[in-house]
Amino acid sequence: MIKNSATEMAQSLSSGATTSVALTQAHLDRIAEVDGKVHAFLHVDAQGALEQAANVDAARARGEKLSPLAGIPLALKDVLVQKGVPTTCGSKILEGWRPPYDSTVVTNLKNAGVVILGKTNMDEFAMGSSTENSAYGPTHNPWDLTRIPGGSGGGSSAALAAFEAPLAIGTDTGGSIRQPAAVTGTVGVKPTYGGVSRYGLVAFSSSLDQAGPCARTVLDTALLHEVIAGHDPKDSTSINAPVPQVVAAAKNGEVKGMKIGVVKELNGDGYQSGVRQRFEESLELLAKAGAEIVEVSAPNFEYALAAYYLIAPSECSSNLARFDAMRYGLRVGDTDGASAESVMNMTREVGFGREVKRRILLGTYALSSGYYDAYYGSAQKVRTLITQDFNNAFEKCDVMVSPTCPTTAFKIGEKANDPLAMYLNDIATIPVNMAGIGGMSLPCGVAPEDGLPVGFQIMSPVMQDQRMYSVGAALEAALLTQWGAPLLSQAPSLDGAA
Amino acid sequence: MSALTYEDVISKFEPVLGLEVHVELNTNSKMFCGCSTIFGAEPNTQTCPVCLALPGALPVVNEKAIESTILIGLALNCSIAPFSRFARKNYFYPDMPKNFQISQYDEPICVNGYVDVEIETDEGPQTFRIEIERVHMEEDTGKSLHVGGSTGRIHGADYSLLDYNRAGIPLVEIVTKIVPGTGKYAPEVAKAYVAELRDILRSLGVSDVKMEQGSLRCDANVSLRLIGSEVLGTRSETKNVNSLRSVERAVRGEMIRHAERLNKGEKVVQETRHFQEDTGLTRSGRSKEQAEDYRYFPEPDLVPVAPDAQWIEKLRAGLPERPSLRRKRLQEQWSVPDKEMAAMINADVLNIVEETVLLGADPTKARSWWLGEISRLANEKEVAISELAITAKDVAEIVSLVAQGELTDKLARQVVEGVIAGEGSPAQIIAARGIKVVNDDGALMAAIEKVCSEQSETADKVRNGHLPAAGALIGAVMKETKGQADAARVRELLLGHLGQTAN
Repeated sequence: MIKNSATEMAQSLSSGATTSVALTQAHLDRIAEVDGKVHAFLHVDAQGALEQAANVDAARARGEKLSPLAGIPLALKDVLVQKGVPTTCGSKILEGWRPPYDSTVVTNLKNAGVVILGKTNMDEFAMGSSTENSAYGPTHNPWDLTRIPGGSGGGSSAALAAFEAPLAIGTDTGGSIRQPAAVTGTVGVKPTYGGVSRYGLVAFSSSLDQAGPCARTVLDTALLHEVIAGHDPKDSTSINAPVPQVVAAAKNGEVKGMKIGVVKELNGDGYQSGVRQRFEESLELLAKAGAEIVEVSAPNFEYALAAYYLIAPSECSSNLARFDAMRYGLRVGDTDGASAESVMNMTREVGFGREVKRRILLGTYALSSGYYDAYYGSAQKVRTLITQDFNNAFEKCDVMVSPTCPTTAFKIGEKANDPLAMYLNDIATIPVNMAGIGGMSLPCGVAPEDGLPVGFQIMSPVMQDQRMYSVGAALEAALLTQWGAPLLSQAPSLDGAA
Repeated sequence: MSALTYEDVISKFEPVLGLEVHVELNTNSKMFCGCSTIFGAEPNTQTCPVCLALPGALPVVNEKAIESTILIGLALNCSIAPFSRFARKNYFYPDMPKNFQISQYDEPICVNGYVDVEIETDEGPQTFRIEIERVHMEEDTGKSLHVGGSTGRIHGADYSLLDYNRAGIPLVEIVTKIVPGTGKYAPEVAKAYVAELRDILRSLGVSDVKMEQGSLRCDANVSLRLIGSEVLGTRSETKNVNSLRSVERAVRGEMIRHAERLNKGEKVVQETRHFQEDTGLTRSGRSKEQAEDYRYFPEPDLVPVAPDAQWIEKLRAGLPERPSLRRKRLQEQWSVPDKEMAAMINADVLNIVEETVLLGADPTKARSWWLGEISRLANEKEVAISELAITAKDVAEIVSLVAQGELTDKLARQVVEGVIAGEGSPAQIIAARGIKVVNDDGALMAAIEKVCSEQSETADKVRNGHLPAAGALIGAVMKETKGQADAARVRELLLGHLGQTAN
């Protein structure tokens, strides 16, 4: 039952073949069985989840009209606050903090009857591409437990790949939904910036952060997308417009007549051969399904990474200033006679990990008087150029595509001491955040040389998220015909693994 | 302690001013969240995830605050920017929950305005134009109470208490361009400017403008340069100036302090100074030479402010009459002498006098009640006139009763006292206290005869033409009639009784 898609689980619930409580319990059992190896979860809220499930079952028994995902369990990235449930963002500095309010994403999930199983592991404050930066230890990739599950949302993607949950929420600042999806053989979507409320999403980089849906199929992802998306008056940057019809697009999966732009700059040197091979095969499948494949160029993408590593750290240096031990979270050095300043210093010294400190320092420097124009100012100009590149390309095509990542999952520890190599992992995902458009990663096979999943990225213009779902569903259907079974069935069983 | 006199200072130096005024808006909710803004509530009861900066919380702009700021800009003759942005001002302090303040930096909402202020000079009234550089929006911080230690400052305190009720209250900062050319009148001009701002803000209804509660705060920047020099001197910025009088004292005090240093060949340090209400002096705060780098950048959580041009014109059309013009108009309409006008403004009774006049009272009478007896009672009780339980309607009624001869001035004072004591309306008090003018000549004559026989010697003096002696007898008759008699009528009857004629 737990290996089904959320859509299939929903059918079992509505037909009465199972109950939400049973389904939730099955997932809790699975977590108990395998999470010791995977470490996808930081906190499992068994009691809260079973209560939510019982409520949905009761509502169903009363004949109430329920949303399509009512009663389906979900794993929530630990960067979104949920009232009364510990939220750490993978950091020591928030250890023990229980938020007194719900994020809008959580409110929307609760309103739809989605059952929240618990909070998933992540790189501290969403800074990283491997989940190794979590203060609570790394998450392991279910395809190979010695490898990373991607990051920052490695917990959410690993939970999906390990069948600990059929649905998950991630957040994506530079690829933190799509890259984990790619390396775990799951689906993840970063909606258009402003498509999903950021209220209650603990900010890393406000102008780039976006929460989004993760699942094992394109349709499940679309269903979750529609649950969490929509205008929110509590988020000033939330777009006040109807949610794109992503479920309809995912159900149709129609690409006839669509122009698919292959980004010249995101498919060359530095891309693993198996990644390129699976990507090219996918393009052929899409062409067979009736799409027209064209090449597009985005000359400014080469500056995206550099600009990103000025903008994101700048915003984070300010966003993370609030963690000062005064009102919540960790407090260190509060002895008699200690000044507020020394308590702040000691708490931040002990509470933040190396990568977070590195980015706070970078950002503080970049915003400093005398450096602002050269760094933050220039980076914003690059951002505008990248947006123009997308606009120009979208005049020639309906969606743009690329491999999601240059490589398959690397080994835990392999890049831990080489931040630049780690940053390069996000080279294909970052431009999407810089322009605020939508991006999806879906599995397109395993690389022949290492047997690890490869991600296919689809990018769609602002508030045209339905386009990537159309293409994603078409590709998924074609691949499934080829494979005969979902890609995850090729993943090793976790039973008895070390 | 100062060796220099003010005259010494101004004979050598020209002061240059720069004034920054912070105004707390009186919106019902905070700048970026829905929390209440009521002053004086229990600490930390008016807070939420947003103004406590809980992880994940986001600001949303209060539209009413934007409207108030645009009104202020328009009233100060500013241009309203079609596009402006919020920025983050980053610095760590325990009473600032986010450790950054949402403010505006290089893209403020209102720019390039002016205010004309008039002051008395040796050559008569003179108008000074104060140019406004910018008006921008920001949020207030929380309040720290540093307990223990001698200075009340964070250093040396045993512990500090934090109240976040004020955190996020909308603030508007009004910044002048440099103000040269005020010469020896710099302190008066500074005071008049803040007073004029206060009046304008009050007329707009956008703030309580109570300096003593901190809803209007002034930072005075002062520098000196040698007369004739084009080069600006180093400035000091004096904070904590919380009354109009203090603005004047602070500017004067800083001018003298700077001049003393400069005369001794010392440098003026660019720094923040704190005004001491008791001594009128300033003491050094933090030095701006190790200036904090606020690392301003555009606030990514808020979309830019782009007010609709039609809306701005609608607000402009609804602006109230400029207070200084209104004062001139009322002074003319009521034929008030300059001194009396100044007294009314100082006592802050202009509005209530106008209200009383609009209810039909004679302007002179209305003015003399509010400025005289009622002000005296307020002083006696050490409260503001507005806190007394007497309204324009009460005073208008009393003025009308006196005009009709139903009350004498003296009786009217008793009625005023009764109203203030909460005994009811003038009519109720007159009835309850049995107050009425004694105009029955028979009763008066009886009292006069009684007094004249009791004080026959004095009565004889009057009979013999020594009229000043009549005062004592009139007083005694008034006492006899418990003050309810019309003193003029008593005098008339008394003099007649003693064979003299009233003039």
